[in-house]
Amino acid sequence: MSNIGKAFENGKAFIPFLTCGDPDLETTAAAVRAAVQNGADLVELGIPFSDPTAEGPVIQGANLRALRGGVTTDRIFSFVRELRQDVQVPMVFMTYANVVFSYGAERFIAACRDVRIDGLILPDLPFEEKEEFLPLCRQYGVDLISLIAPTSENRIAMIAKEAEGFIYLVSSLGVTGVRSEIRTDLASIVRVIRENTSVPCAIGFGISTPEQAKKMADLSDGAIVGSAIVKLLEKHGTDAPEYIGEYVKIMKSALS
Amino acid sequence: MTNPSGRFGIHGGQYIPETLMNAVIELEQAYLHYKNDPVFNRELTGLFNEYAGRPSRLYYAEKMTRDLGGAKIYLKREDLNHTGAHKINNVLGQALLAKKMGKTRLIAETGAGQHGVAAATAAALMDMQCVVFMGEEDTVRQALNVYRMRLLGAEVIPVKTGTATLKDAVSEAMREWTSRIADTHYCLGSVMGPHPFPTIVRDFQAVISKEIREQILAKEGRLPDAVIACVGGGSNAIGSFYHFIEDKEVRLIGCEAAGRGIDTFETAATVNTGRVGIFHGMKSYFCQDEFGQIAPVYSISAGLDYPGIGPEHAYLHDIGRAEYVPVTDEEAVCAFEYLARTEGIIPAIESAHAVAYAMKIAPPMDRDRILVITISGRGDKDCAAIARYRGEDIHE
Repeated sequence: MSNIGKAFENGKAFIPFLTCGDPDLETTAAAVRAAVQNGADLVELGIPFSDPTAEGPVIQGANLRALRGGVTTDRIFSFVRELRQDVQVPMVFMTYANVVFSYGAERFIAACRDVRIDGLILPDLPFEEKEEFLPLCRQYGVDLISLIAPTSENRIAMIAKEAEGFIYLVSSLGVTGVRSEIRTDLASIVRVIRENTSVPCAIGFGISTPEQAKKMADLSDGAIVGSAIVKLLEKHGTDAPEYIGEYVKIMKSALS
Repeated sequence: MTNPSGRFGIHGGQYIPETLMNAVIELEQAYLHYKNDPVFNRELTGLFNEYAGRPSRLYYAEKMTRDLGGAKIYLKREDLNHTGAHKINNVLGQALLAKKMGKTRLIAETGAGQHGVAAATAAALMDMQCVVFMGEEDTVRQALNVYRMRLLGAEVIPVKTGTATLKDAVSEAMREWTSRIADTHYCLGSVMGPHPFPTIVRDFQAVISKEIREQILAKEGRLPDAVIACVGGGSNAIGSFYHFIEDKEVRLIGCEAAGRGIDTFETAATVNTGRVGIFHGMKSYFCQDEFGQIAPVYSISAGLDYPGIGPEHAYLHDIGRAEYVPVTDEEAVCAFEYLARTEGIIPAIESAHAVAYAMKIAPPMDRDRILVITISGRGDKDCAAIARYRGEDIHE
């Protein structure tokens, strides 16, 4: 197992998501540090994509702000290298297959290892297509994170058996975004996952309140929060890190 | 031509969220079952012939042939189909399939509005709900088609994200599908997206080349020297090419929208200016920047204004079986006007791209050569926009 396992050694994991460069990389760096100081166990860093088909309006907006700000894959690698001087928690990239493919898969995945990125989440790379990047991820010791959805049903065991790092369990149908209620029968999905792997499992999509996070973490090994944090960036811009720190503190303490 | 994982050479595949995987697997299984089902095929042929008006004519364009002074030109008249374009072929097939699968709701993306109108039409006919996603920019360019869709009972959702054109409509339809799968079929309008869509759409459009083949053999006793069609995602082109792929002597020519030229950024000529990438569920050629960000493309034609191309076209390009040539806005507009004046046929501005290329290659060809141009749709929808392009202040 890579470093990602460490994120799940400190009770239930709290996993915040941020889009790199929203609104600029300095703010992202400050936000990551604020999140880590306040208890984030693993940080999911989004590399913006022009057409993020798995995202709802909030994270779509973050992608656009970041790209308009001029962020590129190259700049994000330098940014993570610098962040790694003091940030020690596991970090993963969340982006789209074309960002990796167009950079040159080997060049991209080798660079991930160089800057100590521990894993890769690609929402448009299902089990059937993972051979696209898996051999290189293995070669460079970067975990290719598997996603399981409410519609996975007969596919859960197959995906879980080959999962690495952690499993990203999608809580609801649809795209990312804050939801008032999560109705999927996640407990039975987690049960099948547990029967097939010892890799930890965190739940994301739609989580914004401490109560939701606790409920999701009770069912699994952790909670992933994206849109609620991105909303703080949308609202407070370069002042957001302070608010993000406070928010992460509340969320992490709700989990324990 | 397609292997089990839906690959065309290196292209194709299923690059979609896990949430949709069981939906595309279910679709593939249903399709594999029904495509060989005699009842399904009888019903579909009935709809094609009695409802859509097939077979469409293969018309000898005698005046155009004489005027250009070279190869004999035939026009495959998909513009004469019900709803005015080839899109109805695919939609009737998919709607019938969706109905058999127990789906009650169709969602669709549309660029020029032709696919949206066709989807709304099939939904009305088959008593299904229909929601069409259309780039806001295109709802302005094609306001009449928005009204037609609403008249047919569909809900039209203007998409404001990104460039507010066809690619954004596809993204939004995909997002909608991930949120509502059980009762909903995504009726994709072109030979693109994740497997099995490129294969299903091709098979339903292949009726075009099946008919061309029979019709040209009956009229001329031989196959054509070239088949020419416009290419955005590429559904009318693959439909026009399919039954000629094995006949190596037939040139297959896809005409891409070059917009203001392939040496400018205002182009949608994917094969000529793009490179291999992964987007909208498939590996294929895409217009993109060095970091893989999808480029904002441009064409006067809303139906060709897409940054990618279907994976089977990408493969036919790779193996050299088909040629993909750029045609500019100006060339397409001239061809639009030319066909109207010469033959009394107003083609869709999309189809005019194919006419424009034929006008270039026909004159030096011998008179016993034969070109077939697919007129994928009719041009009524484009008249106001072309008039404005020519400086006349006309609004619908």
